[in-house]
Amino acid sequence: MSAPKHVEPVGEAPLHGLLAEYDSPETLKKAAEKIRNAGFKNWDTFTPFPVHGIDQAMGIRPTILPWLILGGGMTGCALALGFQWWANGVDYPFLISGKPYWSVPANIPITFELTVLFSALTAVFGMLGLNKLPQPAHPLDLSERFSRSTDDHFYLLVQASDPVFDEKETGTLLETSGAIGVEAIPEDVKSESHVPRGLQYALLIITAAATIPFALSAYARESKMTHTRFDIVPDMDFQQKFKAQRENTFFADKRADRPQIEGTIAYGELNEDDHFYRGKVNGVFARTFPAQVPIDEQTIARGQQRFGIYCTPCHGQAGEGDGMVNQRASALAEGTWVPPSNLNDDRLRQMGVGEIFNTITNGVRNMPAYGPQIPTADRWAIILYVRAIQRSHKAAVADLSAEERASLK
Amino acid sequence: MATTAPDYDKWYDPPKGDNELARITDTVIRVTEVSRPPVGWYIAFAIAVTMLGILGMSIGWLFWTGIGVWGNMHPVVWAWDITNFVFWVGIGHAGTLISAILFLLRQSWRTAINRAAEAMTIFAVMCALIFPGIHIGRPWLPYWMLPIPNQMNMWPQFRSPLDWDVFAVSTYFTVSLLFWYVGLIPDLASIRDRSTTTVRRLVYGLFAMGWRGSSRQWHRYERAYLILAALSTPLVLSVHSVVSFDFATSQLPGWHTTIFPPYFVAGAIFSGFAMVVTLLVPARQFFGLKNIIEIHHLEAMNKVIVATSLMVGYSYGMEFFIAWYSGSPYEGFAFVNRAFGPYYWAYWTMISCNVIFPQLFWFKKIRTSLLGMMIICILVNVGMWFERFVIIVTSLHRDFVPSAWGYYIPTKWDFLTLTGSFGLFFTLFLLFCRYLPMVAVAEVKGQHSNSHAGH
Repeated sequence: MSAPKHVEPVGEAPLHGLLAEYDSPETLKKAAEKIRNAGFKNWDTFTPFPVHGIDQAMGIRPTILPWLILGGGMTGCALALGFQWWANGVDYPFLISGKPYWSVPANIPITFELTVLFSALTAVFGMLGLNKLPQPAHPLDLSERFSRSTDDHFYLLVQASDPVFDEKETGTLLETSGAIGVEAIPEDVKSESHVPRGLQYALLIITAAATIPFALSAYARESKMTHTRFDIVPDMDFQQKFKAQRENTFFADKRADRPQIEGTIAYGELNEDDHFYRGKVNGVFARTFPAQVPIDEQTIARGQQRFGIYCTPCHGQAGEGDGMVNQRASALAEGTWVPPSNLNDDRLRQMGVGEIFNTITNGVRNMPAYGPQIPTADRWAIILYVRAIQRSHKAAVADLSAEERASLK
Repeated sequence: MATTAPDYDKWYDPPKGDNELARITDTVIRVTEVSRPPVGWYIAFAIAVTMLGILGMSIGWLFWTGIGVWGNMHPVVWAWDITNFVFWVGIGHAGTLISAILFLLRQSWRTAINRAAEAMTIFAVMCALIFPGIHIGRPWLPYWMLPIPNQMNMWPQFRSPLDWDVFAVSTYFTVSLLFWYVGLIPDLASIRDRSTTTVRRLVYGLFAMGWRGSSRQWHRYERAYLILAALSTPLVLSVHSVVSFDFATSQLPGWHTTIFPPYFVAGAIFSGFAMVVTLLVPARQFFGLKNIIEIHHLEAMNKVIVATSLMVGYSYGMEFFIAWYSGSPYEGFAFVNRAFGPYYWAYWTMISCNVIFPQLFWFKKIRTSLLGMMIICILVNVGMWFERFVIIVTSLHRDFVPSAWGYYIPTKWDFLTLTGSFGLFFTLFLLFCRYLPMVAVAEVKGQHSNSHAGH
């Protein structure tokens, strides 16, 4: 090192403190113990790397940082769990494959990641905050020698603000502590110790301005507009075609969806026979089966099978109006359910087959129309089976054959 | 007060000859201060920037034309895009692993290499993050991955592995960056205090945030660093596990395996360590860091590589065993097809690069030879890229119905995008070598000093 340099006092700058320099961590540690034992409070050591044992030598109390990090981690954990529960389970419930809306195991990965993220952010920003960083200026920057504190030398600073500080006595104490030199550090009256006001305001304005686009998009989401939205990328939203219910000026009625031309009948759908297709003879519901329906066991079997598919959910296997849907709806007791008819009622026993056919085809009360689902011949087969049910329901012993009567005994 | 200041002029200077601390500072930081880096750096940088330009060009062409410029087809709808993503994320595991796990295990050799490995991690994760962003077909909509409701007020599905991935990789990137930056603060302060120009003092000073090495600050700093290491350890294990869930939670034979999380993590460490060695061997030659990044540090890395190679090899074997043991014909077919089907060449490239060649590291001569380790580590990187290709492409190309089978062939844009991602990686790494301390100076000094204190 060249000739030692004194820090020139800047004007009437008061004394900040005394800086002692050491050339090894061991001498620094011994000096630190000395200063600590002398009862100083406002003092610190500066080293290029964390020196083992300096904490004990200086009497540094353990930092509260780990507790802050624990708090940060718990916040992240609670936030992640709460947010996933609220977003997928409450605000917009996602039903996926019948799984519960809230199933913790599948929410663990994100919870874990956010716990770590919040802990890490707390660790870094907590450390910076507790260390009062960033710190743009410090009186020690005035000392040329101090620049070696991040290279290979070790320093100890006792501040003049310490109640035990006495320039002469403390100076002597430091000189006899194994220091290779002691230096008086004046207060830094020139540089500001905080970020310049102008820069602070600029940052504030930039931050505020940066939120404007987000605020605008949030506003756009929540507000209703009369004009169409602005599409940066059109995707496939605009295609050269007419959509249903839209205007098409090509036609006189300006409708894009064209009605069927009157009198058009699709091939094979003439359906002229009133008895077979509508259950009516001369405009009145027929009481007989149409000629196209063979009254035989095969038709009954077909009707039974179709009845099992389409009718049992409401009317039940025996047509008593006690199907699963009815049981469930009655159990819910919501007050809106109209129970299905019992097919064995006298009213329905007396009803003509034509009227039953009409009911199946077009529906009644809250029974929907089955015409579109069940082919015409099958509807007649079902009616034949219904008649068989009705017959068997009121069967008398006399109706049975001699052998069957014998089996009852 | 100042007028009554006593005379403190009794300075003496210690002998300069034996100052190991100053030597460490100088060796590392001089690299950032010299007016000209070695010629090799310029050549490497020119190549890297050209490759970076290729990345920009291929992404530009992709955005302009659409995903069709790639070879992706049905049924191989994930191809090089996701292969590259998993490859880069995997490489990005070594840095945090070295920094965090080896720190907790008190492995002192890590201090020589952790800074470069952490930097490499961050750059690799940056490369990885490109691919999910550009493979979505409508690149103006990546914000759909963020936890914000869409126009129908629906939230993302937080129980989906793809969404876990978003959280895992972004958390990993953030935490790695913080970890790296926290480690850099004291070294940036060293550069600031050595700087001779105002610009350097200002720029490095800005990022050093006024660090002056106070012991009260070191105390909190060390606490924060230790806890960050403890946090990063499960994090690093979680990230590649979550990446593997993208595959493992599906019902595709070849993907639907419970071994995936540990298998992926072992592969990630394997590829990451290989990449660190690949980068550090030339870096220490060019920048005169041979005395700090010593052969025995690299040798320790190579030992980890051979250990993880065995783990990866075990996983390959176990996959086949389970495919047979499950008795599922679909599983069995997927794996037999992997080794002997149309993509047999990819499978055997993977096996030879990942399982066979690294076994040469059992010989001390090879694992301490710079040329030997360079060749093997590059082969490992090739093999690990092929591993992801094998997992993704060979599992997909034989769909359940033979009429839906296909054979994926990459296009030139697939090649150019991959090449370009290496350009981004190398450009960033070369800039790092030039402008930031490649070795954690304060840590090396601390270790040197504290290990000598006891003697």
